[in-house]
Amino acid sequence: MTTQLHDAYSIPLEAIDVSDPQLYQDDAWYPYFERLRREAPIHYCRESRYGPYWSVCKYKDIMQVEVNHGIYSSELGGIAVEDPPKGLERESFIRMDPPKHDEQRKVVSPIVAPPNLAEMEATIRERTIRVLEGLPRNEIFDWVERVSIELTTMMLATLFDYPWEDRRRLTYWSDVAICNVRAPDSPVHSEQEKFDELKKMAERMAELYNERAKQPPKFDLLSMLAHGRATQNMPLREFMGNLTLLIVGGNDTTRNSMTGGLYALSQHPREYQKLRDNPALVASLVPEIIRYVTPVIHMRRTATQDVELGGEHIRSGDKVVMWYVSGNRDPDAIDDPDNFIIDRPRPRQHLSFGFGIHRCVGNRLAELQLNILWEELLPRHPVIEVLAAPRRTYSNFIHGMRSMPVRIPMH
Amino acid sequence: MGMPKVTYIEYNGTAHLVEVAAGLSVMRGAVNNNVPGIDADCGGECACATCHVFVDPAWLDKTGTPVPGSQEASMLSFAAEAEFNSRLSCQIAMREELDGLVVRMPQGQH
Repeated sequence: MTTQLHDAYSIPLEAIDVSDPQLYQDDAWYPYFERLRREAPIHYCRESRYGPYWSVCKYKDIMQVEVNHGIYSSELGGIAVEDPPKGLERESFIRMDPPKHDEQRKVVSPIVAPPNLAEMEATIRERTIRVLEGLPRNEIFDWVERVSIELTTMMLATLFDYPWEDRRRLTYWSDVAICNVRAPDSPVHSEQEKFDELKKMAERMAELYNERAKQPPKFDLLSMLAHGRATQNMPLREFMGNLTLLIVGGNDTTRNSMTGGLYALSQHPREYQKLRDNPALVASLVPEIIRYVTPVIHMRRTATQDVELGGEHIRSGDKVVMWYVSGNRDPDAIDDPDNFIIDRPRPRQHLSFGFGIHRCVGNRLAELQLNILWEELLPRHPVIEVLAAPRRTYSNFIHGMRSMPVRIPMH
Repeated sequence: MGMPKVTYIEYNGTAHLVEVAAGLSVMRGAVNNNVPGIDADCGGECACATCHVFVDPAWLDKTGTPVPGSQEASMLSFAAEAEFNSRLSCQIAMREELDGLVVRMPQGQH
């Protein structure tokens, strides 16, 4: 950690490149953003493997970009600092501007609206209990595999009404979709290979979609897409893109919050004890986990015109990257932001879901799943020993945790 | 004359009569007094639609409705169960003429 601090403060400001995925795999990004927030909150990186880009590092500036979607486009260059692969682009509504974004988003958003969440709650709880009661005692196991992936994959299968026994395919496709093809442990190793795998996903999903198009509308994502006027007859790439969006958004982020939450509590034993003493704190624990973990590291926009932001002149066509990990650690917006505090007074004021028209559509479902996990975990397994830090994903976009060994002691 | 008052009615029917100083938003009045049912995740930036309320139709002339094409209209268009009398309560500034305002909360903020 000392070396990293030294590096972050000794290199010239203009040489800082926070787009390096290694920073996130090594969990070494904190001092770089701490320095940028102080010295260059709107920072221009002239050279990176993704080309030049602006970094927006403070909470209020990020909010400014979020709410001005007319100036900061999601459609012109996509939503990641890395441009979409040429010739292999896959459109989806998160990468669109109004009006098309609005039309497609409205097709799927009812699945996570409050009345439907109320209907899903009992199912989620029953499954969560089953998974938690099946965990071994006094034996080392992988929390990611046994709990985080298992629970979120079941949720995803329900949202798509996907064949239950094949549901791990969904997890695989999610991992393919978010992977950095240059990472050695990546499931695919080129953009073409990624495209081909996601095409297989689209073909399998198209079979289900076609069946549901012939049936009366029901409350699953494929049926909704098949019957929604704005999403019927999508071209293949757009079908691929939207499915990928729903699969990744519907599971990967929550998966990592399930892992990151337990890790954060294990690193803050006093907070963990506070939670055991007062399980009602789950309500504020959950948004604090989502802030602290920040499952999506950044979102990128492209300026549609020359504009001033925080005193810097951004030119039309420039890449503008909102670093949620940094805004969520901004002391001007959040008190004592580097601390994990499970009873904050306004815990939902964080950037992890984004803001504005692209705000995470499933945010309340994510919170519901995490609430249930912690409500059911505390009475069954009040003590879980985390034996090592999670192994993290090589990505500057998804804040992934691939494995984390834990042990539940005998009573 | 005292401070203007707002009645917030939760989805389950529980009513809360709260004094809200002129100039504060209707959202802030709820949050400062711990009225449940208004989440206000973005803190009043018109950026999340989690302070959605239904304005009692009798008050709509005074509160007004969102300007078409505005950020409020856009955010509300994504809210679950938006109605003709939907507003984001962070965008209603309290003033004397709204004394007695009645707003109802949706089943959940989203």
